[in-house]
Amino acid sequence: MCGIVGLFLKDKKLEPELGAMVAQMLDVMCDRGPDSAGFAVYGAGTPGFVKLTLRGPAGTDFSALGAEIGHLVTPRDTHAVLSVPAAEEATVRAALARIAPEVRVVGAGARMELYKEVGLPADVARRFKLETMSGTHAIGHTRMATESAVTTDGAHPFSTGPDQCLVHNGSLSNHAGVRRLLAREGLPVTTENDSEVAAAYLTYRMRGGDSLGEALEHSLDDLDGFYTFVVGTESGFGVLRDPIACKPAVMAETDGYVAFGSEYRALAGLPGIESARVFEPEPAKVYFWDRAA
Amino acid sequence: MTDATRFDLASAPLRELNSALHKLSADTNETYWKVANPAGRHAVAAGLDVPVTVEIDGPVGYYCGGMNKQARIIVNGNAGVGVAENMMSGLVHVKGDASQAAGATAHGGLLIIDGNASARCGISMKGIDIVVKGSVGHMSAFMAQAGTLTVLGDAGDALGDSLYEAKLFVRGSVAGLGADCVEKEMREEHKALLAAKLDAAGILGEVDISEFRRYGSARTLYHFHVDNVSSY
Repeated sequence: MCGIVGLFLKDKKLEPELGAMVAQMLDVMCDRGPDSAGFAVYGAGTPGFVKLTLRGPAGTDFSALGAEIGHLVTPRDTHAVLSVPAAEEATVRAALARIAPEVRVVGAGARMELYKEVGLPADVARRFKLETMSGTHAIGHTRMATESAVTTDGAHPFSTGPDQCLVHNGSLSNHAGVRRLLAREGLPVTTENDSEVAAAYLTYRMRGGDSLGEALEHSLDDLDGFYTFVVGTESGFGVLRDPIACKPAVMAETDGYVAFGSEYRALAGLPGIESARVFEPEPAKVYFWDRAA
Repeated sequence: MTDATRFDLASAPLRELNSALHKLSADTNETYWKVANPAGRHAVAAGLDVPVTVEIDGPVGYYCGGMNKQARIIVNGNAGVGVAENMMSGLVHVKGDASQAAGATAHGGLLIIDGNASARCGISMKGIDIVVKGSVGHMSAFMAQAGTLTVLGDAGDALGDSLYEAKLFVRGSVAGLGADCVEKEMREEHKALLAAKLDAAGILGEVDISEFRRYGSARTLYHFHVDNVSSY
């Protein structure tokens, strides 16, 4: 089944509330996916710096690790965000691999932070204090596993490029073939999860010059199966459903935000929802919103 | 009308509402129920079998009014997947939009949708009358066996795929017809039938019956045909 949510803010005044709004949406989606949860938040960035989201085993001392690496680290439970000058990213990654091989870089970007864990989504959101986070947009996922095991690696979102991430409800039937294509193109997919293949496919298209919208258009031709995707980039937020609209999706738009939920229940607690334009995204139609536009 | 029996889903569980509605006897005096704060909950007022009116103020989730018999269920908002699924009799009236599979498999009663219905509206319908004032999505009336689907707006792709004997009336454009679905002549008897359905939906005279086209089964898929043997 799985539940997915997304929130793209148009009103700057709502930005401090982003995390609290998304936490509430994820909470309602617990019964669509109780196995694991994750979310990506596009928060503040520092020009010239890259945020690396790290994940380590329970009990990892991220503060000590940050001190050793020599950069600012903000721990949140099993994850931490390390802020490093963009020019030093490669050096820092190499140092991390050497000093703390058990710690993995799970997301990177100017503004994106990515958190995911096994467990009931409401608990996962609380562990990472999602409700305290601010930002411009966020996507989240509650997983009921079908195609691969319930592991943290198999939880969504998947990030395969800087500031890019994807959540997926559905199952892809040609992911093995796409996986081989991506491997040939130098974009190895690290997990067995079909959704990571979709994320890497979009990264592959955008690396080749596609906009997010164009990359989503191409996925209609190249990805086969059932899917509703919600995708985030540094400045944008996109939605795509497969041509037969197998998986549920409902959206709401106000002057303040664009919100996505697998079910209306996920949107019911948002401010001003009573007067929002509520609609179902049409099958095989690419929707995206961009802050830069 | 008697005073409404009020139920607030923000302060009491849905199971309590449905349980109270299921316990009503045919001669109950509580014939008018007002339900507040549905907030997209699933299966609101499902499984009723009494001639009462339930008015729900706000959007409902999946299967609202599912399996309904006798009751009149009014939704002042949008409805999620499978509204009035498997309805036997009575009325479900959605004042907003309906999601996929509205009226699926329903045997009887009337489903009115003031807005649009998305994909697979009336899938496998078996006798229900559905009137959609807006448009319907793709694969509507898929394998529809009996009843009528009346659409004042447009129909999406593959309308009436593998249709049996349901009658489809569409006023606007049809993106495409499904397998074995064809346009048929609109004779006087069909105009009378359509008029009766519009009347039941309270909109007779508001739309011009001559603007509708009728679609039905070409009946070529009813029986195995030996020429198709290689297809199996």
